[in-house]
Amino acid sequence: MNWTWFHKLASPPHFYRLAGRMTPWFGWPAFLLIVVGLYGGLVLAPPDYQQGDAFRIVYVHAPSAWMSMFIYATLAVSAAIGLIWRIKLAHAVAAAAAPIGAWFTCAALATGSIWGKPMWGTWWVWDARLTSELILLFLYLGFIALRASIDDRERADRACAVLAIVGVINLPIIHYSVDWWNTLHQGSTITKLGKPSMTFDMLWPLLTMILGFTLYFGAVLLTRLRGEVIRRERDASWLREELAR
Amino acid sequence: MLRGVSMDVTAGQVVHVAGSNGVGKTTLLRVLAGLLTAEQGGVNWQGRPITTNFDSYAATLAYLGHSDGLKADFSARENLSHQVGLRRPVTSSEIDDALTRAGLEDCRDLPARVLSAGQHRRLAMARVMLTTAPLWILDEPFTNLDHAGIQLLSGVIAGHIDSGGAAVIAAHQPPVIPRHTVNCLNLA
Amino acid sequence: MQTSLTQAMALIYRGDLVLAFRRWEQIAQPVVFFTMVTTLVPLALSPELSELREIAGGVLWIAALLAALLGLEFMYRADHADGTLEQMLLSGQPLAWLVLAKTAAHWTASGLPLVLISPLLAISLGVPSDALCVLMTSLALGTGILSALGAIGAALTLGLRRGSVLLSLLVLPLAMPALIFGARGVDMAIHGEVARGPLLLLGAMFVLSLTLSPLAVSAALRISQE
Repeated sequence: MNWTWFHKLASPPHFYRLAGRMTPWFGWPAFLLIVVGLYGGLVLAPPDYQQGDAFRIVYVHAPSAWMSMFIYATLAVSAAIGLIWRIKLAHAVAAAAAPIGAWFTCAALATGSIWGKPMWGTWWVWDARLTSELILLFLYLGFIALRASIDDRERADRACAVLAIVGVINLPIIHYSVDWWNTLHQGSTITKLGKPSMTFDMLWPLLTMILGFTLYFGAVLLTRLRGEVIRRERDASWLREELAR
Repeated sequence: MLRGVSMDVTAGQVVHVAGSNGVGKTTLLRVLAGLLTAEQGGVNWQGRPITTNFDSYAATLAYLGHSDGLKADFSARENLSHQVGLRRPVTSSEIDDALTRAGLEDCRDLPARVLSAGQHRRLAMARVMLTTAPLWILDEPFTNLDHAGIQLLSGVIAGHIDSGGAAVIAAHQPPVIPRHTVNCLNLA
Repeated sequence: MQTSLTQAMALIYRGDLVLAFRRWEQIAQPVVFFTMVTTLVPLALSPELSELREIAGGVLWIAALLAALLGLEFMYRADHADGTLEQMLLSGQPLAWLVLAKTAAHWTASGLPLVLISPLLAISLGVPSDALCVLMTSLALGTGILSALGAIGAALTLGLRRGSVLLSLLVLPLAMPALIFGARGVDMAIHGEVARGPLLLLGAMFVLSLTLSPLAVSAALRISQE
């Protein structure tokens, strides 16, 4: 199989230009999908018969939670690629994706908390999903902190890659343990933040939001990646020519 | 940092890596030892890249870096038996001989942390000597040694080359190795 | 003629233990910390043994975890500073196995003392004596898991300033599953139930971490030397 297209993609100058061209193709559809999804979820969809209008926060909460886990998986995979095949761009992807993932995790936690307040009167509840999200946030913060503490960029990339791989292997174990711990101590009351059963009217805005968030992630990732490339290739001649254009 | 460096080392050779501070002598030696990976290019041992079986390559070399590789809380004798013992079984008479040869027979059972910098360095040299590895990679081995120490070390290296070994030495001053000419690789 | 792998591992295990006992203050630190934290709890909550008994499982586990975390800092730091770490990388022996030996030595010097003193502390928190066996088993497995996972953190943060704070941030999330099952097991034993489930799961995590962590640690050690 001809791998030249892959090597071309991994070469910083090509990637920089390609990413610049691709960003609007991610950005505008993302904006559109999110607007449509929000309208569908906040306005069009019928209120849940059990939770009323408060449950509408799920249209932001569930996609954020999904993104937080998807991004961590992406981060781990690209860090592994960077570690095994020594492709610098893959490390740049992991570095650029981490803060985005951390913010989505915060969004999931915040919306989960906001959801809990009108339903159960407290700002925080040790629900299985929220607790898992909290631990995921720690994993993200650890990754970002490790990268920030190591001055040598190569060493930082590779150390963070090892950390990400260890984290992603542990993630199912953590998830399962927290689930088990939760069912143990609380009763049925704590599966409160589980998704209510959904009709199609409720489902399509959710899927639209997930797709919109994914494209949004793509757009932001490409933009941050271009920034990473500039930072890493600071002294390269191709960059000077490119920016002069 | 380091660009376009190419070198060959064969048995019976002493290579002196020269250059001012910061030019990359330590980096080059660490790449040779396999502690650092070059971004482009690589190190081959007996025709094959060292990455194919790194452990067997590591077994053929003895590396002396800036830190001496000795445990402060072990005595001189314990240090040698531990460090060399990891690589090959070593008897206590061999250890005693090496300590005597390095001029450390009085320091046998003293913890390494009470040794002077020069004695510490001699102990490190004794370690390198005892490993009987064919390739020696030595980074500034003459630091902290007095005149007698330098003579001693040069003699030890000469003995190593006599028996068919090879040595790559990074140093500011060109080392004088009895009975052998030193090839110079200047990184300036 | 090369030293066999088992001989090399035995050398590392013995060597590390000898060195640890020559600096016995380092071994004492986690034990003292464990004891003090356990003392803080009745002071902060209540001297009633009946109340303390309810939370003893969790308290002992958290205190042991934090104490073990304290002992992690020293794992590769000295070796990195005096150059013996790079010699270990260049010893010609497979690094992952040497790392396993080092992890075992670390557990013996750091985790095992905690396990041994735990019955005393448990009794002070009102834990009935027939729960002590489960307590010690769960702590033995838990501190073992922490030595294995903590080694990864120690190797990744080698030589960094304030690496110890970062070490906690990296290792604690990974240790949470062990905490959940370990504390639960002790709790069950305190209330007279058979704690087989949690102990088996803890054992499984122990085996998993022992097999996979040396690989991650060797990768991290090589990276730290670049």
